Amino acid sequence: MDDFLTQLFGFLPQEILRFILPLTKILTLLVVLILVVALLVFFERKVIGYMHARIGPNRVGPRGWFQSFADVAKLFLKEVVVPTNADRFLFLTAPLLSLIPAFAAWAVIPLNPSFIIADIDAGILYLLALTSFSVYGIILAGWASNSKYAFLGAMRSAAQMVAYEIAMGFALVGVLMAGGSLNLGVIVEAQSGGILNWFWIPLFPLFFVYFISGLAETNRHPFDVAEGESEIVAGFHVEYSGAAFAIFFLAEYANMLLIATLTSIMFLGGWESFFAGSSYLMNTSMAFLMEPSILWLATKISFFIFIFFWLRASFPRYRYDQIMKLGWKVLIPITIIWIGVEGIMFLANVGPWKVT
Amino acid sequence: MKILNIIKTLTLIDLFQGLIVTLKNFFRRKVTVQYPEVKTPVSNRFRGKLALMKYENGEERCIACKLCSAVCPANAISIDSEENEDGTRRTTRFDIDAFKCVYCGFCEEACPVDAIVETDIFEYHMTENHQRLQTKEMLLQLGEDYREKIVSKKEKDYLYK
Repeated sequence: MDDFLTQLFGFLPQEILRFILPLTKILTLLVVLILVVALLVFFERKVIGYMHARIGPNRVGPRGWFQSFADVAKLFLKEVVVPTNADRFLFLTAPLLSLIPAFAAWAVIPLNPSFIIADIDAGILYLLALTSFSVYGIILAGWASNSKYAFLGAMRSAAQMVAYEIAMGFALVGVLMAGGSLNLGVIVEAQSGGILNWFWIPLFPLFFVYFISGLAETNRHPFDVAEGESEIVAGFHVEYSGAAFAIFFLAEYANMLLIATLTSIMFLGGWESFFAGSSYLMNTSMAFLMEPSILWLATKISFFIFIFFWLRASFPRYRYDQIMKLGWKVLIPITIIWIGVEGIMFLANVGPWKVT
Repeated sequence: MKILNIIKTLTLIDLFQGLIVTLKNFFRRKVTVQYPEVKTPVSNRFRGKLALMKYENGEERCIACKLCSAVCPANAISIDSEENEDGTRRTTRFDIDAFKCVYCGFCEEACPVDAIVETDIFEYHMTENHQRLQTKEMLLQLGEDYREKIVSKKEKDYLYK
C-alpha cells in the first residue's frame, strides 16, 4: 500500500507527501467503511428475513442491493427535528460524538501486514480509550433530548457499557499477556503459523467473554435495553430524525464492524490464513491459500457479523437486572480466573506462545 | 442437580439449541408471496366489495325490503324507496358507505331475493372522500360487469351453505 501510494504521488515534494499518504489511506478506509456499513444494514435485514422464512428486502436495485442507499437518501432528505427545551448544541453534537470514536478506532487496526494508518505501540490502550468514549454520545443524546424515554435509555446504556467494559478490558489483558505486546500488528504476528496457534484455543473463555461484552458494548441484541422498543420506544435516539438519526445508525454498525474486526484480530489470527503451516497444502498448486491476506480477515469479520445477526434473530432481550448480573457476577470472574490460569500456563510453558 | 445446572449454564446449551432452530430456518424454503406479481388463491366464499344483481331479463332484483340495512351492524347501507310506474316497490337510492362497511356478509345472508352479493374484489381504492359512497348505479354496474364470475363462485359454494 505504502509503496503504491509513494509511486502514485511520487512527483510531489517530500513535505506534502507526508500529509498526502496518511490522508489517502484515511479516505480510502472511510469510504470502504461507509460502503460496508451500508451493505451490513442490507445483509442484516436479509439474514433476519431468511431466519423468519421471509426473503427480506428485494425491490431496490438488483435483488435489493441498493436498499440501504435508498434508506440513507430518505433519511437525509428528512427534517432534523430538535425538541422544545432540548439542549440544541448537545443534541446535535451527540450523534457526532458516537460516530467519531467508532471511526477513529480504525486508525490502529492493521488490515493486512502493510496497511495500517497509525502503527502505534499502545494500540490496545488507544482502542480501550476510544471504545469507552462512545458511551458519551449515547448519554449526551439521552440527556439533551429532554425526554424521559431517551433519558432512561441513556442511563441504561451507561450502566451497561461501564459494566461490560471491565470484562472487555480484562479479556484484552489476557490477549496482551499471550501476545506480549499492546501493538495489534505484533499480536497478529504472535498468532502466525496455523489455526492451532491462534489465541482462541488457549484463551477460549476470554474469546467468549470478549465477544459477549462486545455485543453489550455495541448495544446489540440480546443486550439492547438501551433501545428497548417495547419499553422505552427507541431509547436514547427516540427524539432523533433525519440525518442525525442516520449518523447514530452509522455509528452503531461501524461499532459492530469494529468489534467483529477486533475479535478476529485478537483471537482468530487476523490476516493469517486458515491453512497456514499445513504440510498438506505445501508444494501443491493450492499453496497460495497459505498466504496471509486481507481476504482471510474479511472472512473472519463476516463470520462474526453473521453471528451478530444470528443472535439478533434468535434471542429475546435480556432483562435489565440479568444483564448486570451477567456482566458483574459471571463475565468478570471468568476473565479474572482465566488470567490466573493463563499465568500458570505461561509458567508451565503449555501455551503456543514463545517464552523469551 | 445443582452441578448439572451449573454445567448447563456455563456451556450455554439452551442458547445453542435456540441458535440451531434459527439456523435451520435460515436454509428453509421461503414462504413470502411477492404480492403484486404473485397472488394467493381466493376462496369462493371471499367477502369483498358489494354489488347489486339483476335478473336475467334485466329487471332489478332488489325489492327495497330494507332487510340488509336493518341487519347491517355498521349502518353502512342507506335505502330510499318509491312505487314504480308498474306498481312494484323499487329503491330510488341505494348507497353503501365503503368506510363503514365491515364486509361481514350479513346483508347477503338477509336478502330474500339474492340482490345484494359480495364479490371477491379486494383491491380497490378511492382518492377523494366523497368516493366512499357507492351509489345504486355503481353497484348495479359492478354486478353486471362481474356477473359470470359472481354466479360461478356462488354456484360452487352453494353445496356447502
